[in-house]
Parts: sequence; C-alpha cells; structure tokens
Amino acid sequence: MDMIKYTLTRLGYMIVTLWIIVTATFFLMHSLPGTPLQNEEKLPPLIRDQIMETYGLNDPLPVQYMNFLGRLVQGDLGKSLTYDGRSVTEMLLEGFQASSFIGMQALVFGVVVGLFLGVAAALRHGGLLDNIATIVAVAGVSIPSFVMAGLLSYWVGVKWQLLPTALWGTYEHTILPSLSLSFFVIAQMSRYIRTEMVEVLDQDYMKTAKAKGLGRQAIIFRHALRNALIPAVTVLGPLAVNIITGSLVVETIFAIPGIGEFFVQSIQVNDYTLIMGVTIFYAVLILVTIFVVDILYGIIDPRIRLAGARE
Amino acid sequence: MSEKNMKSLTPEMFEFVGMNESAGEEMARERVGFWKDAVRRFRTNWGAMIGLFIILIIGFFAFAGPLMNGYDYESQNIAIQNMEPFEDHYFGTDSFGRDLWQRTWNGAQVSLQIAFLAALFDLLIGVTVGSVSGYFGGRVDMVLQRIVEILYSIPNLIIIILMLLIFEPGIIPIALALSITGWVPMARVVRAQILKLKSQEYVLAARTLGAGHRHILTRHLIPNVMGPIIIAVTFAIPSAIFFEAFLSFIGLGIRPPLASLGSLVFDGSKFLQIYPYQLFYPATVLCLIMLAFNLLGDGLRDALDPRMRK
Repeated sequence: MDMIKYTLTRLGYMIVTLWIIVTATFFLMHSLPGTPLQNEEKLPPLIRDQIMETYGLNDPLPVQYMNFLGRLVQGDLGKSLTYDGRSVTEMLLEGFQASSFIGMQALVFGVVVGLFLGVAAALRHGGLLDNIATIVAVAGVSIPSFVMAGLLSYWVGVKWQLLPTALWGTYEHTILPSLSLSFFVIAQMSRYIRTEMVEVLDQDYMKTAKAKGLGRQAIIFRHALRNALIPAVTVLGPLAVNIITGSLVVETIFAIPGIGEFFVQSIQVNDYTLIMGVTIFYAVLILVTIFVVDILYGIIDPRIRLAGARE
Repeated sequence: MSEKNMKSLTPEMFEFVGMNESAGEEMARERVGFWKDAVRRFRTNWGAMIGLFIILIIGFFAFAGPLMNGYDYESQNIAIQNMEPFEDHYFGTDSFGRDLWQRTWNGAQVSLQIAFLAALFDLLIGVTVGSVSGYFGGRVDMVLQRIVEILYSIPNLIIIILMLLIFEPGIIPIALALSITGWVPMARVVRAQILKLKSQEYVLAARTLGAGHRHILTRHLIPNVMGPIIIAVTFAIPSAIFFEAFLSFIGLGIRPPLASLGSLVFDGSKFLQIYPYQLFYPATVLCLIMLAFNLLGDGLRDALDPRMRK
C-alpha cells in the first residue's frame, strides 16, 4: 500500500518537474538571440513571412506555447526547422538507437568490471589489488569521459591501429565510445562495492556462515555479495545519468550519429523544435531512470521500505 | 628490585606528601580539540597531502605561468602554426600560432575562477536555505523542501545549458548557471545536520539565556556544521570544473579568444590525430586539478568526519 502511494507521489512529481522543464525551455529558447532561419538577410520578405507562418512562428508566444503543449501531449514534437522538415520524434528515435547501444554497453561493462574489482579489492583488503582498485577509483572519477575518449582514440585508434577512431557502422565502432564512458562507472562501482563488502565481511553473520562450515565461495557470493549489492543499486541511477550526460560529448568526439550530435547542432543553429525535442527527451530519460532505480531499491531491500528510502 | 635492596630501605627515606586535590584536575597534555585532531588526521593522509601539493603547484602556475615567457594567450602568429614545443614555447603553439603555455595556464586560471565562484555561490545559497529550512521547520521547511526536490530531479545539465543560452557566456554567468542546481546538495547536507543538532542541549541553553534565532544559527549551529560544509565545497570544485569543461565542448563555455581548460581540450581533440600534444597538455592539467580536489576532498572527509571513514 505504502509502495503504491509512494510510486504515485513520485509520478506526480515527475510530471510537475517535466512540465516545469518544458515551460522553462520553451520560453528561454524563444528569448535566444537570432532566428532559426538561415541566411536571413538574403531571404525576400515574402518568403520569410511564409516560412514563419508555416511553422507558426508569427503567432504570439502564449499561443505557440499552448499549441506546443497540445501537440506534446499527443507525443508529437513537431518538425525540425533545419533538417528539411523531418519529424523530431523520428530523428530522436533514430539517434537513440546508436546512443542507447553505446550507453547500455558502457553501463553493463562498467558495472560488471567494477563489481569484480570491488569484490577482489575487499577480499584482499590492504593488498596489491586493493591499491590498484583505489587508484582506479580516484583516477576514474578525476579523468572526464571526453579526455578518456581522446586518449583512447589516440592510443588505440591512431597509434596501435586496433579499432576505428570514428564514425558508425560495425560493432568495432562502438567499443571505444563505450569504453571511455564506462571508466567512470568502473571507478564508482568498485569503490562502493569495496566499501560495502569490507563492512559486510565484518558482520556477525559472516562468522556464523563460516562456523556452519560453508565454503568460501558460498560465503562470498551468497552472503557477502548479496548484502553488499543492495546499497550499490542506489548508485546505478546517478551512474546512468552520468553516462547519458557524457554521451553528449563522447558522441561528438567519435562522430556517432546519436542524439548528442543533434543536440549540439540544434543549439548552434537555433533549431527551436529540435532543441525542445532533445531537451524533453533527455529530461524524460533521466527522470525515468532515477525513478526506476528508486523503485528497484525499495523492491530489492526488504529492510528499507520506501518511506525511509526517501530521506 | 631484589630482596636485598628492599631490606636496605628505611622509613626515614620516605616523606609524607599528602593528597594534592588539584593535581587530578590538571591536564597532563595539551588539549586536542576537534580542529586540532582533524589537522593531525589530515596530515597523516598522504593522498590528501599530495592533493594539496598539486593544487598549490597548479595554482602557482595558473597565476605565475603566464609571466614566464614573453607571449600572451591571444596573439596569433601565422608563422608558427601548430608547432610542437620549441624554444620558449614550452607547450608549443595551436592552429592560430598562439602560445599553448600561455593558453593552458590562462585556461587553468579561468577554470579555477569559475570553480571557486560556483563553489562560493553554492556555499552562500546552500547554507542559507539548508539552515533556515532545518532550523525553523514547519511551513518554511515544507516550501523550501519542495523547491529542493524539484530542482534535484531536474537534470542539472539541462538547466545549465538553458541558462547559458540566455546569458552571454563569461566567468560569472557560467559560475551562476552552475550553482543554480549546485547549491542543492549543500542545502540537503546542512539541513540534515541542523535537524540533528537543533535539539541538542546547548541550543536549549542558548535559548534559555535569551539568544535570538539569528544568533543561535550563526554562532552555535553553523559552526558545528562546518565539517560537512567544507567537505561539500571541496567536492563542488571538481564538479564545477568538469561541467565548465563540458559546456566548452558543446560550444556554450568560455568564448574565444579567452580559453578555459575545457575549451582547450575540445580544440585539442579536433586535431588529435595530427597534433596530439595540443590535447595532452591541457588535458593533463585538467585531470590533475580534478584528481587533486578529489584526493583533498577524500582526505578532508576522513579528517573532519571520522565516523564516515571506511
């Protein structure tokens, strides 16, 4: 019952937040200097007017806003102003294929590697592996993904000629972008898992497990890791958000036809509808990710029922 | 002491001293207060000391570096485009023939300024909102917490980008845009601490003695939250540097000819395959700053908040 109430409250907040984002984006965007028209000075006034009329840019702002909201509710994000009238929804879905593949791959890879590194570090508390994990954790947080992307594409791509440095097509093209995004995930994940594991290994129930005569593997995986994993789930949300944010830039570096590229371009050419579309898309993506992780957390850990999880 | 020695002791050798009442109250050693203890813990943390050391060195170069060779960050010289380090162009030149040593340290200066300003704004807004919200509670807290909750759930990147679309990008606007969402974690930390502290006896004592709310907040509560505040500020700095670099990447950061570390990394990554040194120098400085502040933050957390230590 609490669970349902909590979920509904959170959903309510999400919608309010989204509405605020949409409204703020809309009005801020229209206060940008310049118009979305290219070569504005050369356009004859008549054609100019016609274009403005077609896209509804001559209406007063509140009218444009209401029209936009009306279409948005129906899932229509309008047509791009610069990509020859292509539908923004269609463009986003197309770009999302590349973006989501790279992002998911980075997340999965990062979580798996981070998990192993964290567990290994905790088991060899104070040993060589532990020190390596600590260095990875600090370095991973300090080296931004776009610097990683540069380093990887220079060494792996240019110097050693192992993998393609840019563009999109085969699976090889996805490796470097995913790797550069996953470094941060590895760092955070291993750090959390290590801290939790060290704490869990110290608990009385670990002694009980040992006293029962359980094997080392059973103790580590059944008892220690499962308890250590629970708090680690909370970082998944921020980590996913970090990947989504990072992919904006990493996509630009590797020239991947993802959403990040549309976003950077749309800002530079004042493509109103595309800016709106990408912003809303990112906002929804991030909000939903955090929401799902929070709910997951409540389901996974029976000790923390959601009321407590909020603080 | 052997049996024989014991026998040679005579009662005359002893003298009656009696009990000194005050001796038990005297401090045998110098008092070790919270801050002193923290400094001691901080000093033995090699990571934090390395961090502090790197920050000092980079800080020194960011301000003194530009004085070390006779160039400036914006003069272009077509004769020496894209030159690897030579003579007193210690970091080489970029595609406009501008001296990279100058640009890198100027950029570091700009990035640090933005980061410190953003951290300062975070501090001012976060501490004010957090302490007021935690101390007064009730309806004030209700309203402030709803605002915090909404701001917390809006992806900060989106707000930052929107703010920069309207402001002319410069040091202060970027710092302001960063702190629009940046103060939220600070406010949460401070509020949680104040909630915990406000029911302590010393607050009651101060109230009884007639102290006003303002006095209690600024003289009793906030000084006791200083530890977590310092930690939050330290972590706010690398995060601001990261976001500033990020903004430069999507073309919303510092405008040329002025440079920041982020814009230099971005420029460098364009010619990475031919002139890798143009990326490596600014990228190294950027990573070192981030690393140093992260190390420092970890060290401060261990020193100021021993309970969090793991």
